[in-house]
Amino acid sequence: MIIKDVLCPFCGCLCDDLAVEVENNKVVDVKHACKIGASKIRGHDRIKAPMMRDDKNGEFREVSYEEAINESARILAKSKRPLLYGWANGLCEMMKKGILLTEEVGGIIDNTASVCHGPSALGVHEKGLPTGTLGQFANRADVVVFWGCNPVQAHPRHMGRYSVFNKGFFANKGRRSRKVVVFDVRKTDTANLADEYVQVKPGEDYMVLSALRAIVAGKGDVVPDTVGGVPKEKLAEVAETMKAAKFGIVYFGMGLTQSRGKYKNIDNAVSLITELNAHGKHSIIPMRGHYNVTGFGNVCAWETGFINAVDMSRGYPYYNPGETCSNDLLMREEIDAAFIIAGDAGAHFPAQSIARMGKVPVIQVDPFHNPTTEMANIVIPTKVSGVELEGTAYRMDGVSLRMRKLVDVDFPSDEEVLDKIIAKVREIKGASS
Amino acid sequence: MDLKATFISGRTVDQGCNLENKTSKAYFDAAGYCEMNSADAGKLGVKPGNNVKVTTDFGSVVVPLKICEGNPDGLIFIPMGPWANAVVDPNTCGCGMPGYKGIPAVVNPSSDTAPTMQQLMARLK
Repeated sequence: MIIKDVLCPFCGCLCDDLAVEVENNKVVDVKHACKIGASKIRGHDRIKAPMMRDDKNGEFREVSYEEAINESARILAKSKRPLLYGWANGLCEMMKKGILLTEEVGGIIDNTASVCHGPSALGVHEKGLPTGTLGQFANRADVVVFWGCNPVQAHPRHMGRYSVFNKGFFANKGRRSRKVVVFDVRKTDTANLADEYVQVKPGEDYMVLSALRAIVAGKGDVVPDTVGGVPKEKLAEVAETMKAAKFGIVYFGMGLTQSRGKYKNIDNAVSLITELNAHGKHSIIPMRGHYNVTGFGNVCAWETGFINAVDMSRGYPYYNPGETCSNDLLMREEIDAAFIIAGDAGAHFPAQSIARMGKVPVIQVDPFHNPTTEMANIVIPTKVSGVELEGTAYRMDGVSLRMRKLVDVDFPSDEEVLDKIIAKVREIKGASS
Repeated sequence: MDLKATFISGRTVDQGCNLENKTSKAYFDAAGYCEMNSADAGKLGVKPGNNVKVTTDFGSVVVPLKICEGNPDGLIFIPMGPWANAVVDPNTCGCGMPGYKGIPAVVNPSSDTAPTMQQLMARLK
């Protein structure tokens, strides 16, 4: 059986045109997906059953779901400062339950954006976000800028479907309709496909953005001969290209959010878009990683008023990213338990913050064995969302789409596990109050 | 011989393909290496596949070398994952985001064995 119009559960492109062949409840072929999406849908070795251990250096023993869930609830209920992290690799329905659980235990909920586009949100708080949908960009953009992102490696179908090679209603000659500019510290595979590659010195994007703003605003005389390793003449050329756009779009990635300046880089990039909007129509959008990281931002915002790093210990939502983001909490050795679901803190946090996870009880809810498993005391395997479970996810541009279920499995969903933990936490807290 | 460098981390297709396969050799091959250009490798006297030790103020890690000519002189890259995490800057400067890019580093040839994912995590508990 071939299932058509399948959505890809890997990156923020949320490609919705996959065809997956299923035989005897097994995926046997994946068409139209990129290598990463196909790899995810085809699947890898699973954690077979819930597991627990008292000593993090000891061996796991298989336990029942009931035992693992009850012990998880006991740890969370008695914890004074639990961190509930991950979420982006799951569906919106489970995120809502996660926020409820955080409220019940007076914990802090944070998602993978805090080590991805969290700083982008801070930049947006400062300056707003003149943006649009991937459909608009696909149909209209004649100048496409990739800044500190490498879609060839991280979002492999992005350039083909939405940004560069596709034919659009107004950009009807595909690649020939568009000028492509790449700003990066190294010549990536994406830069190799560009009309212009601008090599920026590491950590100097802010200055390059400022110089471009000055040139676009007609104040180029204040710009020195070289900025961030880029000759002024080259910046002037690129500024002319951007000013000449009928519809310009800037896609940006970790090159801006993880390097010096962090959220201030985004603030400045949005200001550049504002300057450019005096000349043509311009937009900017972050290249989101996990397929539903945008979903968490939306669910968390409508439930709590904030997009991530929400502290519920006061009895109302409190948000202050340098204080309530996962890595700050871990580095201050503030948390006394960690609940990691649909995100792999163990693989993607600095070693020093992971070391704090080594000292407190760690509960992991995930289908796969990964570095977080190595730090865990309790592991609860669940369904792979978007392959074994249907539900809602948000594309990187904020468009919500319905993920499909392709095969049936016996594992519970994240949502079912969260429901049971919430019920048990209420029982424990009710009994002790 | 030392090479003074600037370290960055980032995604790759192969690292992405093995995100749910992190106990495998394929994940090590996809995320446990350090990339620099051939001129820098020549200065260090190392060849692709030789191990190098990358050291920052925040830690060190031994990984095999790969060549990527797209890297300018003095820029080294380790894909995001446990090997990169051993040397990244945990300070978020008050915004939640650690320093995963732009970290001063020193690279040396090394005869040590590159650690597996499990060995790296075992150091932290």
